[in-house]
Amino acid sequence: MIEFRDLVKSYGDRTVLGPVSGRIEEGGITSLIGPNGAGKSTLLTLLGRLAAPTSGTVLLDGTDVHRTPSAEMARRLAILRQDNHFTARVTVRELVAFGRFPHSRGRLTAEDHEHIDRALGFLDLGDLAGRYLDQLSGGQRQRAYVAMVLAQDTRYALLDEPLNNLDIKHAVRMMEQLRSAADELNKTVVLVVHDINIAAGYSDHIIALRDGAIVANGTPAELMDPDLLTRIFDTPVQVHEVDGRPLAVHHR
Amino acid sequence: MPESAAVRVPAAPGPDTSGPAAPGRRPRPSPGTSEKGRRRGPSPRVRLLVVGGAVVVAALCFLFLFVKGSFDFAIERRLTLVGAMVVAAFAQGVGTVVFQTVTHNRILTPSLMGFDAVYTLMQTLMVFFFGGTVLAATDGLAKLVVQTVLMVAFTTVLFRWLFSGPTGNLHVLLLAGVVLGVAFESLSLFLQRMLAPADYDVLSARLFGRLGSVGAEHLPFAFAVCAAAGLYLWRRRHRLDVLLLGRDAATGLGLNHRGELTGALIVVSLMVAMSTALVGPMTFFGFTAALLAYQFSGTHRHAVVLPMAFLMGLLTLLVGQFTMEHIVYASGMLTTVIEFLGGVVFLAYLLKKGTL
Repeated sequence: MIEFRDLVKSYGDRTVLGPVSGRIEEGGITSLIGPNGAGKSTLLTLLGRLAAPTSGTVLLDGTDVHRTPSAEMARRLAILRQDNHFTARVTVRELVAFGRFPHSRGRLTAEDHEHIDRALGFLDLGDLAGRYLDQLSGGQRQRAYVAMVLAQDTRYALLDEPLNNLDIKHAVRMMEQLRSAADELNKTVVLVVHDINIAAGYSDHIIALRDGAIVANGTPAELMDPDLLTRIFDTPVQVHEVDGRPLAVHHR
Repeated sequence: MPESAAVRVPAAPGPDTSGPAAPGRRPRPSPGTSEKGRRRGPSPRVRLLVVGGAVVVAALCFLFLFVKGSFDFAIERRLTLVGAMVVAAFAQGVGTVVFQTVTHNRILTPSLMGFDAVYTLMQTLMVFFFGGTVLAATDGLAKLVVQTVLMVAFTTVLFRWLFSGPTGNLHVLLLAGVVLGVAFESLSLFLQRMLAPADYDVLSARLFGRLGSVGAEHLPFAFAVCAAAGLYLWRRRHRLDVLLLGRDAATGLGLNHRGELTGALIVVSLMVAMSTALVGPMTFFGFTAALLAYQFSGTHRHAVVLPMAFLMGLLTLLVGQFTMEHIVYASGMLTTVIEFLGGVVFLAYLLKKGTL
């Protein structure tokens, strides 16, 4: 369980997040949604200890994320940010192998190679394993980075907009893959997602942010409320039932 | 027109349904692709051996060919020169690769970030306050150590401030480095204007790379520094690989980014400062050695790239000095020529890349 208390992040005298408190239960997929600038990515980076909060604490299974040595944290929690860029040319397999660093410290064992193969297979990257990253499309590269996170084999995986650059087919596949990572591999996945319907369709839990505060927090069924969504996104949103599932739409 | 549209519509989903593993937009020639894409050419180990062999051959040629007069004298002089080359190649080549790794760029080098300007300023200040004779009078291990320590202190503070502050922007850094460099240069130039001509003459001889005038008695100290730095970096080679991913990903994989950055910058400052204090400024040499290493290593791994940068730097110096001494008879010009060629390579690289 990830528990965060009174988290605040400010730059100078501008507060971009908080104070927010809450918890992310173990298991399943939790999605962070909200308009641009709501603080979703900031919250995720604070939870993943990539940035230090101005005040407040983050506890992962009871230990303070920001006070535990980074190397120990890396075996329990993996985080992927949106913009990744590698200074050198590496192949997909080499990139995914970096996910094993917290366990192997750079010397890959047979077990590490098994994890790498599994992560590559999980994201259908087997055929692309030998390709260099700069020879891939944006979507393929995105999957390679997610495979790196899976190879890290942590119980918690935080992903900032993993659907970036993916077309509908691959976005859906990615969500199905993350769903099975949560169901079959027992991982706790936290995502920042832009598409409300994708968030509702695949998550167990949704946290909605707006203007640096948590405005709603619950199951997809609870969140798919036209008034609530309209308030969160500041845009008229209707919710219709299609094939027994709620579908949020905006149209003019 | 309508015909081509009619063809396109059914064609579009084609590649999508052809299989789960065909997500790419570009056509993929079937088998072989992954094998071919895996790694081109010989393995990194073979590459290192080949370049290492070339270095040995070049060193032997340089040491034993065209000996005129006393064999002992020539060998001693040439051994000292090779020793100085080893120090310069190691410090500049390895130092530049590590610097570029931890600062996440392939353009900036310690020298370009104002290292040489600091050295020039220090020399100028010394002559300005104590006169030209002091340079020769104080030459010795103590001065080498003091100069190295001062430069390490200064540049570590500067780089750490520049590279870990809120402005992690490469353009800002380049600008800051260049501006600071120009400021130091201008200050040096201003002081130099006020020197007596004889003092200035002594000083200007110091401000060019001078491999040939390195005292043999300083080499053991330099070797010791290089060995210590090399050991530190070798033990951290896997961490350096991870640092290539950038701050966030490296932190996510469990590195203390700030700590690694500081440690690496201190070691780089130490090596480059010592090399500069020993053989004088060489602005583009490190850049050239690093670029050659990236090109010939065929991998991103520092276990290969670091030794390769050292070997490439050494090879450049050996072949260059051999050519200068025995083919174009201008032995003192080596560093100037390397700077010129290195500068040309640097500009060509920038133009080819078209961006920072």
